[in-house]
Amino acid sequence: MKILVCISHVPDTTSKINFTDGDTKLDTNGVQFVINPNDEFGLTRAMWFKEKQGATVDVVNVGGPETEPTLRKALAIGADTAIRVNTPATDGFAVAKQLAHVVKDGGYDLIIAGRESIDYNGSMVPGMLAELIGANFVTNCISLEVDGTNAKAMREIDGGKETVSTTLPLVIGGQKGLVEESDLRIPNMRGIMQARQKPLNVLEPVDATKETSTVKFEKPEPRGAVKMISPDNLDELVSLLHNEAKVI
Amino acid sequence: MSVLVYTESEEGKFKKVAFEVASYAKAVADQMGTTVTAITINADDISELGTYGVDKVLKVKDSKLDAFNAKTYANIIKQAAEKEGTKVVVVSSSADSKYLAPLLAVGLDAGYASNVVDAPTSASPFTVKRTAFTNKAFIFSTIDTDVKIVGVSKNAFGLKENSSSATAEDFSPSIPENGVHVDSVDKATNTVTIADAEIVVSAGRGLKGPENWGMIEDLAKVLGAATACSKPVSDLGWRPHGEHVGQTGKPVAANLYIAIGISGAIQHLAGINASKVKVVINTDPEAPFFKAADYGIVGDAFEVVPKLTEKLKEFKAQNA
Ligand SMILES: Cc1cc2nc3c(=O)[nH]c(=O)nc-3n(C[C@H](O)[C@H](O)[C@H](O)COP(=O)(O)OP(=O)(O)OC[C@H]3O[C@@H](n4cnc5c(N)ncnc54)[C@H](O)[C@@H]3O)c2cc1C
Repeated sequence: MKILVCISHVPDTTSKINFTDGDTKLDTNGVQFVINPNDEFGLTRAMWFKEKQGATVDVVNVGGPETEPTLRKALAIGADTAIRVNTPATDGFAVAKQLAHVVKDGGYDLIIAGRESIDYNGSMVPGMLAELIGANFVTNCISLEVDGTNAKAMREIDGGKETVSTTLPLVIGGQKGLVEESDLRIPNMRGIMQARQKPLNVLEPVDATKETSTVKFEKPEPRGAVKMISPDNLDELVSLLHNEAKVI
Repeated sequence: MSVLVYTESEEGKFKKVAFEVASYAKAVADQMGTTVTAITINADDISELGTYGVDKVLKVKDSKLDAFNAKTYANIIKQAAEKEGTKVVVVSSSADSKYLAPLLAVGLDAGYASNVVDAPTSASPFTVKRTAFTNKAFIFSTIDTDVKIVGVSKNAFGLKENSSSATAEDFSPSIPENGVHVDSVDKATNTVTIADAEIVVSAGRGLKGPENWGMIEDLAKVLGAATACSKPVSDLGWRPHGEHVGQTGKPVAANLYIAIGISGAIQHLAGINASKVKVVINTDPEAPFFKAADYGIVGDAFEVVPKLTEKLKEFKAQNA
């Protein structure tokens, strides 16, 4: 089985978000970039398929050279080859188009992406990719087993979960549950050393028009001060929730 | 030319988000000088859609469509959009709509903007405001394609009554074969889901152990609320994964979010910030959550929560 894991390069979850250039660009000053958490669960599951079922695991990112340390980290965790499509990630559709080309060229059977990236939260790329390449698609995926060309997956739905069966080629929108938090791997020294020797292939992009454009960013209004209420005066809280906030 | 809105239902009844997306579609239609057509799949009584400005309803009824299937549903909405000559399709941010929208976008060659929080700020270029960086910022984006898909964030636009009388038309699209088969669904039927809830009661590691969640459930019950938890609580197995909320868990956009024994880490806050009113109960007056709260109580959850539940019971009895 040939697996491709799509790796999004995103600001660390603790990052304070600021903008520059007249609020048209993310200010990357002091921002630490990491593998998108949803993708990390997918990558870890891919390593399981590699170790238990002899799969090969490649990772891919669509982005500029600044994303390479994130791809190297994925190699250090155990991926075989990294691919970077050398073009800025402008919108979900343009990224999906680039990925579709990589998938077709590489003949991948299973493509594991994250259910959403924590920067633009679009939840677009995996579904668009699946549709572009005519593959099956399962998102919010919390477990995945593959046997030959048959796959069984569990996915989270509003208020519960469902079990689905499908076939390869398959695109997954993964999340926590695919593996547990405690199964995530921190690259060790040996992994980091090996990653330096592994191929990181830079591909030039294919033609792809974006369908949406960013005009500008805005930060939320600062919020009003908290109203503190004494634990001995819960009647006041009930009354505020009813009369002031009007939520009960 | 009408604006097409997918109004979701479950077991024949509309979900609340259906009325919110209908309200949104009406606002877009007014900006564009056109009407609103809704598409329903196995909904029973469609008259309520008129209340939110829907002019026409394409009613699809087929027992093969009883279980949601993203690819099939996306294909049916595509057929409806083509039949209506639609330029703007409106969907919600439910898990189902987020699943089908990217498939629909490719099918219609349409640009898709998700997490939209307000009516378009301009119809041409078509510009929408969306959340990004898990509620740490907004983006204004244009959708540059001829056909556009807007995914509306939950509880951001609200319900707007706009009385018109919705006329129903039976619609029998072709139902394509699908490569993903749903084998079984495991869904709690008698509890409120985090996605649908107006009120969410959430608890963290401050509760010390899973045996102490009874008081959280009692409080949620009085309020008709869903229960949720912080990430470590689900990682420790104290509560099911489905309850984990935050940047890497489920998003919460409730009217009221009550956080009990949760410190308020940035990853937690990002995921719940879209909630309108936040109440925080924590023993530590320095807990970062107080900075993000509307109402705060410094106190021991084990004392405050049962008392609050009693007070709310009295309130409910008086206001029933
Ligand atoms: C990549 C990444 C992603 C993450 N994603 C998420 C996410 O999606 N959601 C999430 O929640 N977290 C997430 N986290 C974890 C986050 O950083 C915090 O560790 C977590 O939210 C803390 O959970 P907590 O508030 O329950 O526990 P703690 O931080 O341990 O806080 C417990 C709180 O309970 C209070 N307390 C103790 N006893 C009592 C009492 N008797 N009564 C009242 N209060 C009491 C304490 O004062 C304290 O403030 C993520 C972390 C990382 C690194």
